Amino acid sequence: MSTAVETAAPPGTPTVRPAQLTKDTYKGKIHPDWCPTLHGRSLAVATGAKLGNHELKVICTGGDGDGFGIGGNHFLHTMRRNVDLTYIVMDNQIYGLTTGQISPTSVKGMKTKTTPHGSVENPINPIPMAIVGGATYVARAFSGKQKHMVEMFKGAIQHKGFALVDVFSPCVTYNKDNTYQWFNPRVKILEEQGHNPADFNKAIERGYQWGDEIPIGLFWKRADLPSLEELEPVLHDGNGPLAFRELGIPKEQADALIKELL
Amino acid sequence: MSSPVTDIPVRGGNITAVPPLPDSERKPLTKKEMSADHPTWCPGCGDFSVLALYFKLIEKRKLWHEKITTIAGIGCSSRFPYFVQAHGVHYIHGRALPFASGVSLSRPDLHVFVFGGDGDAFSIGGNHFNHTARKNIKMTYVVMDNWVYGLTKKQTSPTSPPGFKSKTDTWGAVDQPINPMKQAIAAGATFVARTTHTNPNHVLQMMEAAMDHDGFGFIECLSECVEFYPGAFDSSNPRKGGAFNLVPETHDVTDEIAAYKLADEPFPGRFGIFYKADRPTKNKLEAGINAKAQEKVKGLKHWQILQQNFDRMK
Amino acid sequence: MSEATMTAPASGGRPKVSKISEAVIRIAGNSQDGIQAIGGFLARLAGRSEQEVMTSYEDHIKSLRKGGIVLFDSDHVQPKPEWQQEYRHLGVAISSMTVEAIGGTGKDKGKNMFVLGLVAKMFDLNVPKLEKLIGERFGGKDESILNNALTAFHAGYSHSLDNVLETFRFVEGQKRAGHQVVMTGNEALGYGLIAAGVRFGAGYPITPWSDIMELLRRELPKYGGTFVQCEDEIASISMALGASYAGRVAVTGSSGPGISLKTEALGYAVMAELPLVVIDVQRGGPSTGMPTSVEQSDLNIACFGGHGDSPRVVLAPANVEDCFYTAIEAVNIARKYSVPVVILTDQAIATRIEACEEPNLEKVCQDISPDLTPIADFKPYDLSASDGLTHHAPPGKRIASGKYPVVTGLEHDEMGHPTGSPKLHLAMNAKRRNKLRKLASELPVPQVYGPPEGNVLLVGWGSNQGPIREAVDRARAAGDSVSSLHIRYINPLPPGLENIFSGFNRVFVVELNDEGIYGYGQLAGLLRARYCDAKIQGINKTDGLTFKVKEILEQTRARLAAAKAQPATA
Repeated sequence: MSTAVETAAPPGTPTVRPAQLTKDTYKGKIHPDWCPTLHGRSLAVATGAKLGNHELKVICTGGDGDGFGIGGNHFLHTMRRNVDLTYIVMDNQIYGLTTGQISPTSVKGMKTKTTPHGSVENPINPIPMAIVGGATYVARAFSGKQKHMVEMFKGAIQHKGFALVDVFSPCVTYNKDNTYQWFNPRVKILEEQGHNPADFNKAIERGYQWGDEIPIGLFWKRADLPSLEELEPVLHDGNGPLAFRELGIPKEQADALIKELL
Repeated sequence: MSSPVTDIPVRGGNITAVPPLPDSERKPLTKKEMSADHPTWCPGCGDFSVLALYFKLIEKRKLWHEKITTIAGIGCSSRFPYFVQAHGVHYIHGRALPFASGVSLSRPDLHVFVFGGDGDAFSIGGNHFNHTARKNIKMTYVVMDNWVYGLTKKQTSPTSPPGFKSKTDTWGAVDQPINPMKQAIAAGATFVARTTHTNPNHVLQMMEAAMDHDGFGFIECLSECVEFYPGAFDSSNPRKGGAFNLVPETHDVTDEIAAYKLADEPFPGRFGIFYKADRPTKNKLEAGINAKAQEKVKGLKHWQILQQNFDRMK
Repeated sequence: MSEATMTAPASGGRPKVSKISEAVIRIAGNSQDGIQAIGGFLARLAGRSEQEVMTSYEDHIKSLRKGGIVLFDSDHVQPKPEWQQEYRHLGVAISSMTVEAIGGTGKDKGKNMFVLGLVAKMFDLNVPKLEKLIGERFGGKDESILNNALTAFHAGYSHSLDNVLETFRFVEGQKRAGHQVVMTGNEALGYGLIAAGVRFGAGYPITPWSDIMELLRRELPKYGGTFVQCEDEIASISMALGASYAGRVAVTGSSGPGISLKTEALGYAVMAELPLVVIDVQRGGPSTGMPTSVEQSDLNIACFGGHGDSPRVVLAPANVEDCFYTAIEAVNIARKYSVPVVILTDQAIATRIEACEEPNLEKVCQDISPDLTPIADFKPYDLSASDGLTHHAPPGKRIASGKYPVVTGLEHDEMGHPTGSPKLHLAMNAKRRNKLRKLASELPVPQVYGPPEGNVLLVGWGSNQGPIREAVDRARAAGDSVSSLHIRYINPLPPGLENIFSGFNRVFVVELNDEGIYGYGQLAGLLRARYCDAKIQGINKTDGLTFKVKEILEQTRARLAAAKAQPATA
């Protein structure tokens, strides 16, 4: 999967996951500068990185528990702000690191260590949630379809605005329900079915589809909304990214301030 | 290694027990009996109307005084429990819903009401909002949405429209606001309605419908902040030349996509029930699990059930 | 790789059978090797045989005594020549022989059962009992799994030990009164909570707390209770508080960073005077730190974490058995004093398997259902309460006067309504503080292990009890004047400590946390602040492993030597 990210990023694109603000990255080409943050908080850190240096391409990766569980609120607020970044969620529908508890995307009835009687909870469906939450590029991929996944990543990285790629990335150890064998016959590529990603109703409708046929591909895309950093006035005063600006204030401003305070 | 704490008084202080009352003994509650502290809200605040209608609801539905449970987080509107003469909880910022979930899941005999504002619900508490909605935990949640942080004196809230000038966005807000209707539906809420403080009858109607809904009932009630966002909702108020448009009668409340379309209408939009789904509550599903588990240990005392585990560890 | 240490003297030479009374077996390997399972089987076997065994997975060869036996997988491990001189090495082609026994499909699986077989042979363990345990563990699943496990076990057991220098036989342990149960610290806490009457919990997955959450989720429905896995740590403590408010003490818990996230709500519980039990299974920190390593570095956050003055109770169980009773005690303290109680356990106790005396469940199990009897009048924060203790009224309780309480995080008057009165803030702060003073006065004075007066007192808490007592025994056997004191009540501290300290020249607080900027750890810092006694010093380490007896003794001697060079100003 990480190779797919490398393949998808066009050569010469500065890439960070979520972000490290170095001169290297600023000037640089693709290299795996990455910064693991706190559980659930990668999008907040990534937003900071993007605003600190808005010339960066920011790619954020995570899982379903991190993104939709503990980080669910940051997910919503990053989407509505339409921060220009790519968010790739490796969605395995389980908490794998802690050895198998239900996650917000676990299907109803799934038996895990915390649902020995089967899950009674309605799962989150990230696709409709992202569409109505304000994301401007909403796609789903399957790690069993590598080529298609790379296309989704490419589109997401090139998109100006918040791009979500929810990737079915089966946990081979703890999720015995949603396996590669389970997904393989079910996933159907939207691009092969003539889906129009500008059609809101269809996007939602296909987003909810689950069962014998599960669509993957680009559900929803709109290019008419400005991204957050395009709207922030201070980023467009011609002085470049915040991270590389001279510290301090000019002498005349300082003098004026002192005068005012005296 | 036994505990030194063995004598546990049921209650401290001078407590006198009184006999319980039969259901027929419920006497009407006057407004005076229902109100506690005088609200700290500014004169003209929309929240007064919600409080008055809550009292009306309690009396109309003949709720027992002691069974009224009012829970709130932090914010102007979240001072709500202090103004109601009933069991109340003023919890921490943004977390009223999980607290209320704890009450709802452990006490099926109570109906839990939660009140709060837009910052509390959609910003700091945004994640709890989604997860309580999808889990469909039985309670009624009324968000008094004023599009601004009022208690902290005018900062941008997650529902402030773009261009709104606040102390944190002196040149105008740049963030796209949250659309509470869409948000609630997408999160999996099973009852989603919208009303405004300037139409009391409609507020009461929505509160009743939400209360009768078996599940997570969510109401967004526009409630003007006369101090920091005066006139925000004028275009929804016929008395100020605006339009109060109900959800069309033809609208199918079970049609999710139709609900999104309604929610997409520009302000003032529509008022009424946008979406309603009949999905079992977590309360009910957990009770089902318990019934099944208890069937297997029928007739055993609790210590005997535990003894079965200990016998397996020998 | 697998390593083993015997306490029996190594005689060398040809194979012979030595009688021993105890053995330390350390098992090391990769995370997928199933080494915990071997420890588990051995501990369960020992629990039944009235012999004490604790599991330990540290892979540090230095913990092996000179002359100890290293049993290793010759397929993968090439022992270092310098080690070969210090320890007796025994190579067995564990990987290839397991594959040979259960077929190529088994791959790495089954190696642990092979090793168990080897160990069983080496120590002449009770094979039918082990077979039964294996059956309990692997039975019920696919039948081939159980068959493979048993085949691997027998392959290990029947492996020729001709080139083994020595095998061992345990002498019969002393028969103990009553039955024994074998469990982990996390299990003991979980079952303790159920015995205490807890019927609601909420949590979020994090290692090593998750086991308790999973146990309660599995068990509580039998008692009509529920455990909710929440969207995050804050929701978990909030939901548990909601259930506590609803009338019955509830539980939440976490480890490491999860505890940090809960501190705001913990402060609320203090202010609102709501009962709650919070379990902190400590692990290596700060931040994500070392999730599967042991550390005792959460004492400060447990006692003081949060903003403002927020007195709460902190208990630290000493061993697995103590976990069970601490859970009950925590619930009762929370109920009696209307206060959140933090149980500070740690990764070592949490996962360690110990044999404990079976509790009398009929006697210890309690019903803490809410009391909904209507009452005439009520003040939730009554300042005139004779014992200084008040309790909130659960919703649903009728108050005939019609005056209902609000439970709140704002400073409040006696009815729970907000106030800005300086007088009331003083009075309420005192109320919240004084009830902990009352609790402190009711706590038992801890017992000194060893003579009550002497040169050195080793003070410990949590999982350090075992190695500290062992260190005292060894030091005394060598003629040194060393005693120890174990503290279970961290906040408030038990009474009588100054009297105990005054009987010793030196007080060394042994704890698994950093020595800090000023040279002592977290409990030592608390004791120094409390008793203003410069003779209190720290013995600390943070390598993620439990204390070894040797380490405690070495550091004690080093401290004493340093003190001789520069006398303390006691």
